[in-house]
Amino acid sequence: MSRRTSPVIPGFGLTLGYTLVYLSLLVLIPLAAMFIHAAQLTWEQFWNIISAPRVLAALKLSFGTALAAALLNGLIGTLLAWVLVRYSFPGRKIIEAMIDLPFALPTAVAGIALTALYAPNGPIGQLAGMIGLKIAYTPLGITLALTFVTLPFVVRTLQPVLADIPKEVEEAAACLGAKPLQVFRYVLLPALLPAWLTGFALAFARGVGEYGSVIFIAGNMPMKTEILPLLIMVKLDQYDYHGATAIGVLMLVVAFVLLLLINLLQRRISTAST
Amino acid sequence: MTIRRFALAALASTLIAGPALAEQTLLNVSYDPTRELYVEFNQAFTKYWKEQGNEPVTIQQSHGGSGKQARAVIDGLRADVVTLALAGDIDELHSLGKLIPEDWQSRLPDSSTPYTSTIVFLVRKGNPKNIKDWDDLVREDVSVITPNPKTSGGARWNFLAAWAYAEQQYGSEEKAKEFVEKLYKNVPVLDTGARGSTITFVNNKIGDVLLAWENEAFLALKEEGGDNLEIVAPSLSILAEPPVTVVDKNVERKGTRKLAEAYLNYLYSPEGQRIAAKNFYRPRDKSVAAEFSEQFPDLKLVTIDEHFGGWKVAQPKFFGDGGVFDQIYQAH
Repeated sequence: MSRRTSPVIPGFGLTLGYTLVYLSLLVLIPLAAMFIHAAQLTWEQFWNIISAPRVLAALKLSFGTALAAALLNGLIGTLLAWVLVRYSFPGRKIIEAMIDLPFALPTAVAGIALTALYAPNGPIGQLAGMIGLKIAYTPLGITLALTFVTLPFVVRTLQPVLADIPKEVEEAAACLGAKPLQVFRYVLLPALLPAWLTGFALAFARGVGEYGSVIFIAGNMPMKTEILPLLIMVKLDQYDYHGATAIGVLMLVVAFVLLLLINLLQRRISTAST
Repeated sequence: MTIRRFALAALASTLIAGPALAEQTLLNVSYDPTRELYVEFNQAFTKYWKEQGNEPVTIQQSHGGSGKQARAVIDGLRADVVTLALAGDIDELHSLGKLIPEDWQSRLPDSSTPYTSTIVFLVRKGNPKNIKDWDDLVREDVSVITPNPKTSGGARWNFLAAWAYAEQQYGSEEKAKEFVEKLYKNVPVLDTGARGSTITFVNNKIGDVLLAWENEAFLALKEEGGDNLEIVAPSLSILAEPPVTVVDKNVERKGTRKLAEAYLNYLYSPEGQRIAAKNFYRPRDKSVAAEFSEQFPDLKLVTIDEHFGGWKVAQPKFFGDGGVFDQIYQAH
């Protein structure tokens, strides 16, 4: 006879069942459909599609700019979270609310607004042009759009963690003779790093798949500023469903591996710090 | 029947029948720049349809990139009629969706194209770069705005118009390829659709010349009042034919064939032709065309069927994977 130990908290069967159905309908089935579609290609066809120079150039661009944007937000986002949690100043609540705006705004609106500002004839683009810097229609512009869209992730994941670290801990470290940098390095950083990595990973993943805001500022020149999601749209517009799913699968696999690595890293850090 | 009596009758019938009577609806799936055209046309048609003694009808419109719209219909959007940017997209309704017969284009007059357009140049007021014809677009000091032909139906017409000009002017396919390659070197931004390019050119003020549908160019002029822009007609362009068809599988399922056919036929009527012309599409009807002859510059126009052998040939040759457009950019 099977031995069943019932968990302390009731409702396990129901909630797990619910979770599985929910995940299947929303995530697993659509993704599986994509894999099935792509599976109709032979390995050789699949390889030819994903190893085309244009696809590889777009792959580098999409992951490179997403990484740059996530890193940038990792730095600035930490600073923002720090300021919002540790200091109180007039207008803090307004800034706090502004952080979430990039999520609420339709991404196309963000893209058009950024392009208008940073295009060679736009107010900021003109200034940048004076020092010989071209922003819109270059990878720099794409990074800018992605930074905007993924801004809330790092801030929002760090805020609660920062708020949970009592000020006294820092003061104690200072009393024991730690310099400000040492306090940051040995007291704050280990506590923040897991949450920081989560925010970073979220920002990165979101940036890789972003389409709406990038498409206006990218310029979409083949081999130069063409992102992977655009190549998928291009394939679809040629009624090449298989080609489109092949690129989709490629993106998914690369993103999954990277996210898995980040998760593993995160776990090692958490176990090391406890 | 006077309009007043008519309105009363309409009111009475809605009062009596109320929501219980399922009103017939018709879905027209179209491409981007026809928005204004079909708003006006639908009003005229609903009126005409009732005057013929039929039940009132509600017409719904859907707009978007031509290829995306065709895909939506193939994937199950219940369009009664489609009115798209090029025959190539409607062909897919047959080959991928089996929704219409193969000979769909021969069912209505003029290859099922009730109105046409062409590709013209939109330049800044006063034409500061003195752009007169296609040859000026390959000059080194000129920057050209056109969308990506891979994602935009309009951009394909642009590409083919340039090609047709170069081929006639310089006599060979190789020369034509060199010409368009030079032209696309002058393109700083490839937007995904015609409206995106218009925004880049008009609002963001990038580039010296925009290759545009004639109807889009007129519309842009009308909207900004002609203070900053003007239209230049090249010596030769392409006759852009955006065709229409009933989607057989869908009208049979919904029982709307009679209505859908009447809707498309009305596009060919003098009233329908006049509405098209008012919205800057070139009418097919000779007498209506004569009424609007001042509006449309007289151009030498080549057709896709005669010059390129139709979309079935042109699409894979120029815009398919590894086609001429891809070669231009791989060579860079």
